[in-house]
Amino acid sequence: MLIINIAGVILIALIIWWFWLYKPQAEQMGDDDLVVVVENGVYKPSHILMDSNDTHDITFLRKDASPCAETLMIPQLEISETLPLNKPTKIHIPPLGAGEYAFHCQMQMYKGTISIK
Amino acid sequence: MSCVVTELIIDGAGCASCVGKIEGALKAVSGVQHAEMNFAQRTVSVSGTAPSDVLVQAIERAGYNAKVSSAETDTDELDEKEQADLAYYKKLMRETWIALALGAPLMAYALITGEMSVNTTTERIVWLIIGILTLGVLLASGRHFFVGAWKSFLNHSANMDTLIALGTGTAWLYSMVVVFFPEAVPAQARHVYFEATAIIIGLIDLGLALEIKARGRTSEAIKRLIGLQAKTARVIRDDKEMDLPIEHVLLDDLVRVRPGEKIPVDGEVVEGHTAIDESMLTGEPMPVEKAKGDEVVAGTLNKTGSIVFRATRVGKDTALAQIINMVKRAQNSKPPIGRLADVISAFFVPVVMITAVISALAWLNFGPTPAIAFAIVSATTVLIIACPCALGLATPMSVMVGVGKAAEAGVLIRNGEALQTASKITAMILDKTGTITLGSPKVTDVVVVSGRTELEVLQLAASVEAGSEHPLALAIMETAQEKAIELSKASSFNAITARGVEAEVDGRRVLFGNEKLMHERDVTLNVAGDDFVQKAQSLAADAKTPMYFAIDGKLAGIIAVADPIKEDSISAIQRLQKNGIRVIMLTGDNRDTAKAVAKKVGISEFVAEVLPEDKAKKVQELQMAGEVVGMTGDGINDAPALALANVGFAIGTGTDVAIESADITLMRGSLHGLADAIAVSKATLRNIKQNLFGAFVYNVAGVPVAAGILYPVLGILMNPVIAGAAMAFSSLTVVSNANRLRLFKAQEH
Repeated sequence: MLIINIAGVILIALIIWWFWLYKPQAEQMGDDDLVVVVENGVYKPSHILMDSNDTHDITFLRKDASPCAETLMIPQLEISETLPLNKPTKIHIPPLGAGEYAFHCQMQMYKGTISIK
Repeated sequence: MSCVVTELIIDGAGCASCVGKIEGALKAVSGVQHAEMNFAQRTVSVSGTAPSDVLVQAIERAGYNAKVSSAETDTDELDEKEQADLAYYKKLMRETWIALALGAPLMAYALITGEMSVNTTTERIVWLIIGILTLGVLLASGRHFFVGAWKSFLNHSANMDTLIALGTGTAWLYSMVVVFFPEAVPAQARHVYFEATAIIIGLIDLGLALEIKARGRTSEAIKRLIGLQAKTARVIRDDKEMDLPIEHVLLDDLVRVRPGEKIPVDGEVVEGHTAIDESMLTGEPMPVEKAKGDEVVAGTLNKTGSIVFRATRVGKDTALAQIINMVKRAQNSKPPIGRLADVISAFFVPVVMITAVISALAWLNFGPTPAIAFAIVSATTVLIIACPCALGLATPMSVMVGVGKAAEAGVLIRNGEALQTASKITAMILDKTGTITLGSPKVTDVVVVSGRTELEVLQLAASVEAGSEHPLALAIMETAQEKAIELSKASSFNAITARGVEAEVDGRRVLFGNEKLMHERDVTLNVAGDDFVQKAQSLAADAKTPMYFAIDGKLAGIIAVADPIKEDSISAIQRLQKNGIRVIMLTGDNRDTAKAVAKKVGISEFVAEVLPEDKAKKVQELQMAGEVVGMTGDGINDAPALALANVGFAIGTGTDVAIESADITLMRGSLHGLADAIAVSKATLRNIKQNLFGAFVYNVAGVPVAAGILYPVLGILMNPVIAGAAMAFSSLTVVSNANRLRLFKAQEH
């Protein structure tokens, strides 16, 4: 039983680390527009790195037919956009101060962040 | 063949000199009447009868590439979305049937025999076959959950797919362990859960499919608005009429509309007379008469006559396109009430996973025999019953329907925050002119002193006021026009703030304004025992605005102007008051007139002779007293007060300024729109609260019960299939409850 209990505690610790504590590597925004594909329940890439004071257009391409994927929200920027299926949608990101800006679907099941350095 | 305008996209045009070459090549084509290139956009617009493929060939011969631009409309987008949703619905239903085809008989067998355990070799073989079939179901019907869960996992996030994949995966894996290694588990725990796996997948697919159907109904209002757009317009160019798609209508094009046809773009009537039904945009049921010089709005319906109008706003600039855009944006925004649910949603799935682990450990440590079976059942049930979707959908679904419902009543709500705050308004400030009244005053009385004539006074007054945009001046000008009075030229014009005006007309010094102005200029208001102050007071008591008129320092008479109260202002104000809202009227008009108007409409609290900047002060004053203040105004003058109020309502016009600056725009002039806006906000907030309460209670109660909290007391442990059914229908319940809002009707006027 002791082994099972230890395994259980380790599993809980792994869940906390993997889903909350681990910071995945962000994708640096290049000169060309970045394309974020919405497919299979995720944004890919979901972590985007941008320079402060730069404006960028991020193109979202929704390939996921689930209605959950339909709405893209960036609450801190008051952006709320409907993503049509299989059609690129450009989202204009104004110059931002350093920090993290979350983007997600209406239910926060699809999640991503824009990190400004 | 009818004349059409074709838009082509050009590739390979690198310099401005290409423009002439391309235009020349097109103009050389037989049937081309006009070709004009927009170099910046690399597009060329060609009108005429030449087919588009011939045009493309002509450009290619000139050394460039071209393709026909397919201008997409909102209607096309909507059709595509509906088709995509339908295809997804069909896919989910197919998957549902596959899963239930295996799950339902297995479930029936389990219920009838109670035998789902592995004890003999024959049972092992049979359950192995069924296990493989269940794997087939997982692949055919549940693949998307597993792929989604895996991709999310790699992405360091967890979602609904994670829970379903973990729940059903655990049940299937455990069952396969029982089939392959029965001796590894205690004899009482050799139970398989293939029926639960298949049924849960089937039910959740079914729930998702039904949710798509229900979601479609939540956006009916936007579909109706988009449906108002005409597809084609009859444009007159070079004396020829041609039917063009509305995307090809250009500014200043002349457009003909016949009875029964929709107005395709915004414009100004240049010919003809008609009545137009604007109810689809404003909620105003009576058709509006339109003649030369009047504005017509895209999406409204021409009823009686044939008109020609000049296009003033086309494409995305029309009022209808802006309204659609605004409603779409508002439907996607969230009121503050949804923020807590957002915070919970962000942590929800990992918390449920941890709860499932703790639950399994608790059963293994303290549970009765067979502990491992109880642990598996409870962990699976916890994972399956938890529904982050119900929490996530609770707010946006209601906002979607509520904002759409408001739009149907001619009420444009800017965002979720305005929607929520409008439901809490305790005090409403109403501007008098144009809000409670029609905003188009008329001259009602001209009282002259002995020796003066009505015509003389009107002629001089109209001469002074000519060119002024003030509503009172316009009323006097209108009367002068009706009476065909010829005006003289005024000179030395001087406008005295909040008092009136003075000027020289035909060598006479005229003074036109209120009592204060007359006193300041020592004009006697009692002429030969006739007290004109009393006359003015008596006119004011009848809700008229009296203005004194003096010629060469001597009183000549009083001109009284009245702004008629809107027909339904009284009943609308009563509706607000019945809802416990304190109604306050503000006006720049004099106290007596204000008092009379307030009395007529049943407002006990009013402030007269208010300057525009004082309106904002009044808003602040009420807010300091703890009121949630709504401010209703119709003009740019009211902008500071509208901005300062908790909710600003712009009334009547539906112009760009109003739509962009106000929290809520009332598309029709009636104050009932105000009461409707508040009613729909309250109904939506109530609906959101029901949804949030249901979703919270469902998850807060469902997860502990699934973990087995009732087992020690009542001996109840939830079946994973029941959890699957509850989960599948929890989000559907939220969407269906939001759909109830579609039945909302504002109180009868």
